[in-house]
Amino acid sequence: MSTAKIVAITMPKWGLSMQEGKVVEWLAEEGAVLKLGDQVVDIETEKIANTFEALDAGTLRRRVAQPDEVLPIGALLGVLAPAEVSDAEVDAFIAEFQKNYVPPPPAEEGAGDGYLFVEAGGYKLRYSKLGDNARVVILLHGFGGDAAGWLFNQGPLAAHATVYALDLPGHGQSSKALSDGSVAHLAATVIAFMDALEIAQAELVGHSLGGAVAMQAAIANPKRISALALIGSAGLGPEINGAYINGFIAAESRKDIKPLLEQLVADAGLISRSLINDILQFKRIDGVTTALTTIARGFQDGTKQTVDLRARLASLDIPIKVIWGSKDAIIPASHATGLPASVAVTVLDGFGHLVQLEAAAEVNKLLI
Amino acid sequence: MARKITYQQAINEALDQEMARDENIVLMGEDVVGGSGSDGEMDAWGGVLGVTKGLYGKYGDRIMDTPISESGFVGAAVGAAAAGLRPVCELMFIDFMGVCFDQIFNQAAKFRYMFGGKAETPLVIRTMYGAGFRAAAQHSQCLYPLFTHIPGLKVVLPSSPYDVKGLLIQAIRDNDPVIFCEHKVLYTLEGEVPEESYTIPFGEANIVREGDDVTIVAFGRMVSQAMKAAAILAKEGISCEVIDPRTTSPLDEDSILESVENTGRLVIVDEASPRCGMAADISALVARKGFSSLKAPIELVTPPHTPVPFSGKLEDLYVPNAERVAAAVRTTAGYGR
Repeated sequence: MSTAKIVAITMPKWGLSMQEGKVVEWLAEEGAVLKLGDQVVDIETEKIANTFEALDAGTLRRRVAQPDEVLPIGALLGVLAPAEVSDAEVDAFIAEFQKNYVPPPPAEEGAGDGYLFVEAGGYKLRYSKLGDNARVVILLHGFGGDAAGWLFNQGPLAAHATVYALDLPGHGQSSKALSDGSVAHLAATVIAFMDALEIAQAELVGHSLGGAVAMQAAIANPKRISALALIGSAGLGPEINGAYINGFIAAESRKDIKPLLEQLVADAGLISRSLINDILQFKRIDGVTTALTTIARGFQDGTKQTVDLRARLASLDIPIKVIWGSKDAIIPASHATGLPASVAVTVLDGFGHLVQLEAAAEVNKLLI
Repeated sequence: MARKITYQQAINEALDQEMARDENIVLMGEDVVGGSGSDGEMDAWGGVLGVTKGLYGKYGDRIMDTPISESGFVGAAVGAAAAGLRPVCELMFIDFMGVCFDQIFNQAAKFRYMFGGKAETPLVIRTMYGAGFRAAAQHSQCLYPLFTHIPGLKVVLPSSPYDVKGLLIQAIRDNDPVIFCEHKVLYTLEGEVPEESYTIPFGEANIVREGDDVTIVAFGRMVSQAMKAAAILAKEGISCEVIDPRTTSPLDEDSILESVENTGRLVIVDEASPRCGMAADISALVARKGFSSLKAPIELVTPPHTPVPFSGKLEDLYVPNAERVAAAVRTTAGYGR
């Protein structure tokens, strides 16, 4: 039997609240030879519509799920197998999978949304935790983002590590009243978060502002941070789209914010009604505008970045990865050049600032 | 953090958080303390449906039971607002507004204008409206079009627990008189509501569902009927966009026009009487400013032009429901085919 070579493509879990997804359209034909990151099938959830990209290389032998089918997470979508595997073996694999597949139990009423809270650094911080491995990874979102923004990354990484995603102070559902908006203060809060959860050492993955926070945390606490991955990171050069930052703070309506959010991605179709609503709901909370203003002043002045950690990177004796989307309209991809030779740089062609969302499979491969 | 609470609890939480924030906020109305003035449980009842329950214990004299004299206490609230307090006045049923039209239409609504912008009237009048409660013709009307008609008033129709909290906090912080209309059938509706205080700006429609074929504009309780219809129609291959304007004054005209530009078809669902109402108003708007986008006549789903019947069976026929909305959508979607 060659079942070891047969791989199931299953309904992904995008974000803590996802229970099921709708198959919209297959993008790969049966018989297509897929490589990692190739577009396989469009899936739609309550929150987001996105293209599912191949997590494994192989030949797409069978499209099991049909368009318009609504399936729970983990359900069989399709089968990858090399050509030497017979159709009968593929059929047997599917039958075996379907026989053993148990859909996850529906979320219990009042069971909460899967997020946790901890007091640290003088704040109530919200976070999510997935996976149970010795390796610990903490995901740090960018300006105006939150832990939920890692929906395409946290799950896949959790197969290899214990992965925390944190709402920085002033963001998501963490405390909104900040004593200090500086990058150094946010970095100290990340260390306080690690202290509170008794995490001795962790890898930090930071996006945008979160990248500068991650770098600063490693610089100030070299023994606590074992590796850095910086995605479209702040703190590596002066250029920044100040109009985006100022506009994001000032925006009150869907009409104001939609064109701004569309600057975050190369494919504007990713900015869904639900995503816009989530961001507006966050921005309407008392204290958020003040918090965002305070934090924005901590790393840029409306025209250029004021925190430059580039020169300090060389002094860090830990693995550092830098990932950028070539079409980043917030912080230019040119900041990924001229870094120390020890830094592993990847610029992904054709993606914007939210490259971890737009090119999740490629970014996850780099992070794993 | 967000948790599920009812529409009624969301109103109570908004009042509580705002009263804690600003001591100039006072509540007044019939039975908002407990009605009887007696000790113990009776005193904690908190209005006819218990919306203000628990607030008297926290804020004492800032919660005032009034005599059954709408013209008197609404007038007092208008004066208090003009003099610097921020009253939230509860007028139990919107049907009773008739006895205080002068206070609302001629005084509160006109102060800013007639004093050259120097006077402000930060008043909220909370009131219950709508049919479906077997409460008969004098306690079931949707009179918000009357207030929408008057320049100087803002008119709010929250359709969900999330919206009712954010819109009420916005209403309380607003420096103009706001008529805040709560549908009595929605009080038990549950939904996710953040614990923190937040505001939803007036004049910002909620795109409750995105779609390409037909735009449905619905108000208050009718939003859920429109959503039910949209779910039925999706299975028939008709994709509906559902827009809840949230406020009738100011009205988010742009969101409606943009949506019709995309779909070319419009159905308006309103529980108010059909003449001189929001359905007619929005039809006129789209017929004038969005005419070139329209691929079919605009369909209106409203009750008949009659009083709300007391008979339960007749009341159920009177109030627009999802099936009627779906039928209207099918009519417009099938036009010319």
